[in-house]
Amino acid sequence: MSNTDHPAHKVCWSCKGPVDASALFCDTCNAIQAPGQLDHFKRFGLTPSFVLDIDAIEATYLKQQQLLHPDRFASKSGREQALSSQQAASLNEAFETLKNPVSRAHYMLRLAGIEPEGGEGHTVNDPELLMEAMEMREALHDAADKGTIDAMIKDTRKQARACEADLGDALASNAFDTAKKLTTRLRYLMKMTEEARAKKSRLAAA
Amino acid sequence: MALLKIHEPGETPLPHEDERQIAVGIDLGTTNSVVAISREEKPEVLRDKSGGNAIVPSVVYYGEDTPIVGEAARDHINTDASRVVSSVKRLMGRGLEDVKLVAGTLPYDVEIPEKSETDNGEPMMVRLNVGNRVLTPVEVSADILRALRARAEESLDQPVEKAVITVPAYFDDGARTATKDAAKLAGIEVLRLVNEPTAAALAYGLDNGVEGLYAVYDLGGGTFDISLLKMQKGVFQVKATGGDAALGGDDFDHTIAEYLLAERKEGGASDALDASDAKRLLKTARKVKEGLTDQDAVEVAVALNGVETTHTVTRDVFEAMIAKLVTRTATITEQVLDDADVLPEDVKGVVLVGGSTRVPAVRKAVADLFEQEPLSDIDPDEVVALGAALQAEALTGGSDNLLLDVTPLSLGLETMGGIVEKVIDRNTPIPVSKAQEFTTYQDGQSAMMIHVVQGEREMVDQCRSLARFALTGIPSMAAGAARIRVQFNVDADGLLTVSAREETTGVEQEVAVKPTYGINEIDMANMLRESMIHAREDMEMRLLTEARVEARRNILAVRAAMDADRALLTPEDDQNIADAIAKLETAMAGDDRDVVNEAAEALENASRPFAESRMDSRIRQALAGQNVDEVN
Ligand SMILES: Nc1ncnc2c1ncn2[C@@H]1O[C@H](COP(=O)(O)OP(=O)(O)OP(=O)(O)O)[C@@H](O)[C@H]1O
Ligand SMILES: [Mg+2]
Repeated sequence: MSNTDHPAHKVCWSCKGPVDASALFCDTCNAIQAPGQLDHFKRFGLTPSFVLDIDAIEATYLKQQQLLHPDRFASKSGREQALSSQQAASLNEAFETLKNPVSRAHYMLRLAGIEPEGGEGHTVNDPELLMEAMEMREALHDAADKGTIDAMIKDTRKQARACEADLGDALASNAFDTAKKLTTRLRYLMKMTEEARAKKSRLAAA
Repeated sequence: MALLKIHEPGETPLPHEDERQIAVGIDLGTTNSVVAISREEKPEVLRDKSGGNAIVPSVVYYGEDTPIVGEAARDHINTDASRVVSSVKRLMGRGLEDVKLVAGTLPYDVEIPEKSETDNGEPMMVRLNVGNRVLTPVEVSADILRALRARAEESLDQPVEKAVITVPAYFDDGARTATKDAAKLAGIEVLRLVNEPTAAALAYGLDNGVEGLYAVYDLGGGTFDISLLKMQKGVFQVKATGGDAALGGDDFDHTIAEYLLAERKEGGASDALDASDAKRLLKTARKVKEGLTDQDAVEVAVALNGVETTHTVTRDVFEAMIAKLVTRTATITEQVLDDADVLPEDVKGVVLVGGSTRVPAVRKAVADLFEQEPLSDIDPDEVVALGAALQAEALTGGSDNLLLDVTPLSLGLETMGGIVEKVIDRNTPIPVSKAQEFTTYQDGQSAMMIHVVQGEREMVDQCRSLARFALTGIPSMAAGAARIRVQFNVDADGLLTVSAREETTGVEQEVAVKPTYGINEIDMANMLRESMIHAREDMEMRLLTEARVEARRNILAVRAAMDADRALLTPEDDQNIADAIAKLETAMAGDDRDVVNEAAEALENASRPFAESRMDSRIRQALAGQNVDEVN
């Protein structure tokens, strides 16, 4: 029963009265509360889904930061300043996690109780993907001019977009094994884009 | 200071004058500093008595008497150069090792410490020999801040103790901490450290009501910053930032100085330089550089070691000399655009900040980079201070505008083999709090070294070391069994705090370290004692203010609860609470912090029964609601 798992209310630290467990502010005394255990989607009033309207989420994010950011509490007590910092940090974490497709997919997998592969130090054992990554890396290594690299970046981004679409489908249908694989692939594609860009700026600097 | 007002019992005291005190904005620059004030979102710079210049050169002369700051100090370069310190911002938060990285001939006489690290493994801060004194960059900055504070107090005719101080966006943790320390020494409470380009964006954006994606390119005397911001109604959101904390007009001066020296050498003159010669030569070089902004060639005479030579520097030669430096800013800018996944044409406008953006070659490079003419209707010298003043007003008086900034550099930990594991990536919005778990790699390992670094490189020794500490007392376990959670917190000033905790056993241990590249606590305390008699009183005042703020919040909260749940209030509790509030208000009107805190505690006790019945009532309601749900 959800009421016993997550108490619906807690004691407000300021007026010592009851306050909703997920409230940002006490509705009696208006004091800022500690961030609760809300999942990142709930923070923005959403249910978990890979396909998101990031602009809409950003609008909510900004509205909430307007209320919670430490700059709003600069003349308040030390305790309120600390809570505001915590709230703003959790809000930042929620937004950053959802904004980036790879971290969003990782987060959704974890919500489903699945440990995504390929976190730092974990090995990836998808020979096809490893092969593909190796080829991309070689091609990048050989690329000697900006035009070639730009073309590579464009191609990788296209692939990433397609991969994202597949990932959305997989997660929507709870096909977690597939989702896990696609997430790893997406991560590789993003990394390649990054490396290609880094090489481009190295070329430009030389 | 205004006399304390006595409040009638029952009347909620308004914030005391001391809590409402005016706050200024300070641009503490490498070359020039500016202080400004904002009222009702109208910021203005504060000028000297004669209503003259807003700019205070960041130069200090340490003669026999109290230090002299500004234009007057700069004049001493010609007569008593060894006692003049300038561009000290370049050394803020830097260890001796870093000083070698600061380009060109050093115009400082740097003291070589006996050891290069403190006992805590923090790199030793640079110290300067100035006349017969040994000074840290923090103390020199504090002298500049004192002068700015004095200017503000004189101009506003009231005490000024609070400020927003700007720092280069690309300043690392050590340099930020050092800046805060300097303010503390100058008796200034820092409301917030704000990044210079962000402050500039605020001033420019508000003034012009702009919306959309803007770039701020800030090339000053010592630092380069490039920030991309999304400006929309009331929110100034930094998307990405980059820069170089040791790249600016000073480096242009150095290249010219080296050029002049080389020419002299060709003509047979010696190129030996002591620190005083270097200062004078750099002053000349700067004149040449600034002249080349409007002229195609500048003629100059250099008199050193009794030999005078004349030289002509053309703009073409100058541009060739600084090409590498300008290209470096372009490369960093491209990286920032990439980080934010933005193309030049997505940028609606480019705001130029900093005196070095007057150099035509720099303007041209920026225009080429963004494929548009940068905006030029801004005073590049004042815009940062104006933004700082706006933010100071926002923090003290409230505002509809909000600055959302990011960390400029990645933060991480040393792992096996000297490899950095990143915990927080650069361009992460702040405040941010992130944890990483580690484990032991030896059976029975009882301690773990935690080494915190900042930077983008993969190897620890290529990053800046911020702090090193040991988590000890880990209970004996097999290798890999311990779970050590290292938590990074970056606050809204961009300052990092790290803590570590072993989590598997009931024994929890926590070590919190604030990296201090600035001054350690003991030195700080000593300096405060020496340089500021009022430090203790200031501290007391701050604690008293905090106690009052807390007490006021307490009263308001209890009153709000009484209004909300009056039905649950027994006449007895009502009376007790009213009495306790009256006593607390009397205590708040006095100036004994302990009395305030005791009275606040008494109010908590008096209102406890009422609070408990409010909780009980809510629980009963919840249970009732649940039963209804179950029946339906
Ligand atoms: N007309 C000019 N032409 C070329 N350079 C100039 C001109 N005017 C000022 N400068 C240079 O601009 C620099 C000072 O700029 P500014 O006052 O913006 O720096 P700052 O704020 O003190 O430094 P920073 O922001 O890096 O800490 C100096 O190097 C100065 O020589
Ligand atoms: Mg500046």
